[in-house]
Amino acid sequence: MTAASPVIDVHDLTKRYGGVTVVKGITFSVQPGEIFGLLGPNGAGKTTTILMLLGLTDISDGEARVVGFDPVREPLSVKRLVGYLPDTVGFYDHLSAAENLRYTARLIGLPPAEREARIAAALERVGLGEVGTKRVSAFSRGMRQRLGLAEILMKKVRLAILDEPTSGLDPQATVELLEMIKTLKREGVAVMLSSHLLDRVQVICDRVALFHSGNIALMGTVPELGRQILGGGFNVDIEAEGGQLQERLALIPGVSGIEQTGPGRFRLRADRDVRPEAAAAVVHAGAKLYTLSVEAPSLEAIYTRYFETAGGGGERNAA
Amino acid sequence: MRREGSALQGLGVVVLKELSDHLTSARMRVLEWLVVLTAIAALYGAIQQVRDTTAEDLFLYLRLFTTAREPLPSFVSFLAFLVPLMAIGLGFDAVNGEYNRRTMSRILSQPIYRDALLFGKFIAGVVTLSISLLAMWLLVIGLGLLLLGIPPNAEEMLRAFIFLLVTIAYVGVWLALAMLFSIVFKSAATAALFSLGLWLFLTAIWPALATFIAGAVTAGADQATQITVAQALARLSPGTLYGEVIAAVLNPATRSLGPIFLSQMQGAIPGSPLPVVESLMIAWPQIVGLVAGAIVLFVIGYVVFQRQEVRA
Repeated sequence: MTAASPVIDVHDLTKRYGGVTVVKGITFSVQPGEIFGLLGPNGAGKTTTILMLLGLTDISDGEARVVGFDPVREPLSVKRLVGYLPDTVGFYDHLSAAENLRYTARLIGLPPAEREARIAAALERVGLGEVGTKRVSAFSRGMRQRLGLAEILMKKVRLAILDEPTSGLDPQATVELLEMIKTLKREGVAVMLSSHLLDRVQVICDRVALFHSGNIALMGTVPELGRQILGGGFNVDIEAEGGQLQERLALIPGVSGIEQTGPGRFRLRADRDVRPEAAAAVVHAGAKLYTLSVEAPSLEAIYTRYFETAGGGGERNAA
Repeated sequence: MRREGSALQGLGVVVLKELSDHLTSARMRVLEWLVVLTAIAALYGAIQQVRDTTAEDLFLYLRLFTTAREPLPSFVSFLAFLVPLMAIGLGFDAVNGEYNRRTMSRILSQPIYRDALLFGKFIAGVVTLSISLLAMWLLVIGLGLLLLGIPPNAEEMLRAFIFLLVTIAYVGVWLALAMLFSIVFKSAATAALFSLGLWLFLTAIWPALATFIAGAVTAGADQATQITVAQALARLSPGTLYGEVIAAVLNPATRSLGPIFLSQMQGAIPGSPLPVVESLMIAWPQIVGLVAGAIVLFVIGYVVFQRQEVRA
């Protein structure tokens, strides 16, 4: 398998439970070193998709290749190269952090000589080096989540699949965890993470796929989706005085709408950041410029807008 | 469709981990003490009785296992009663415990199959219980040497060893049952209650019920039919099977486990012992029944577990 071939390649992936179709023929791929976000409400099919990719649940229809293997027929090869951090990960409470990792290391089949060094390095990297010999029962949720990440680091995977890695964490712990996820990317590990916390995920995802009742409703980079859903995407707010501003601003290339929000206040909707052009236009009109600010398209806005138009917040099936 | 690799990859790792969990758990400690203390009590009673009543017996040692002195039951009765408890104690949260600790999906995302996890847990349970049974067995024989002052002969040792093996098979039945419930029920408490409930039913209620049902369905038939039907029904309980095997193996004078006509006894010398092989032949269906029961229960659990969704 060459470096350029995708780590995940999925065609028409479908999952049916009894008569209910939970995942309805989705197609996507993830490239090496990419952080790919699966976003959507609970019950939209994110976790089911992840379990299918890991070979932990049967695929009803369609094809999947994960790190070049078929998760149905070659689950061991897939699981050897893929790390998985489940939603609310659990550990054996009566064992220490290092003992928990040691059990996993044995299951993976790491040679004894390498085992201890890798465990120590992984614990150190997630900041658990000093509590490695402590029992996991004393660990906070954030520490457990980091221990889960240490397991993935120890495994030296090609792909890390993280299911709701930040749910239930305090802001500080969330930032730390996301920072660690970014270091994975720097090492060339592809990361696929699912979440319903959009603002956090936006920061680190290269591309996202928005799930809606078993379908991928939207897929692409955040700015792309912004253009697609919010029309413009960028909102530029201007506060200025004098001149025929409205007409001049409307002439700027890329501006799709203009709205007067108050006396001397305008809001431009554009498909890119048009602040330099707007500033020039204001100056040319002979007006005084007081404020010029831009609001980049947020995933939150895209998400809300999409589900408003798609009708309701999606089906809320059991997660 | 063929899956790659061996279904048992990682089995040894799982067995060792589960074994160390069992051996260090407080639950096991309690069970061990319970069994050892009751065994010593039963043995002490048996030795008193043996000293008082048996002047000359070819199989004095085997009496240690089977003799009771009021108010204590015999060692084998204790075992028949406690072995299911120990097995249920180790098995009732084997699988649902992994779900409840949320370790299941993490462990199964490692390069192993579910087969290895389930087999590993079963083997570790059987090994743990076998270790304590072996210790108890040696304890009884050792104390017998000390207190009786005579060594057991080869045939006694052979019979005692068969008794140990049969007891391990009996453990397997109850462990497989407890693990089946731990797979079927998501809550460990429910699984424990169901296992204990079934154990009580099969041990205390079923033998009486079997006679009653047999009487109802064979009303009007001759007595031999009634007894045979009642016995067949009672043998659905592993406790009954185990008791019958013990009766044949530890008491060489046992000639039949079912009803026997006087005509069949013609020419037999009452009370004379049978060779080991003959005793085994008498109990063979029961032994096979116990082993088959363990396998069937395990297979049911295995199938349910394979089809289970990882997401709890």
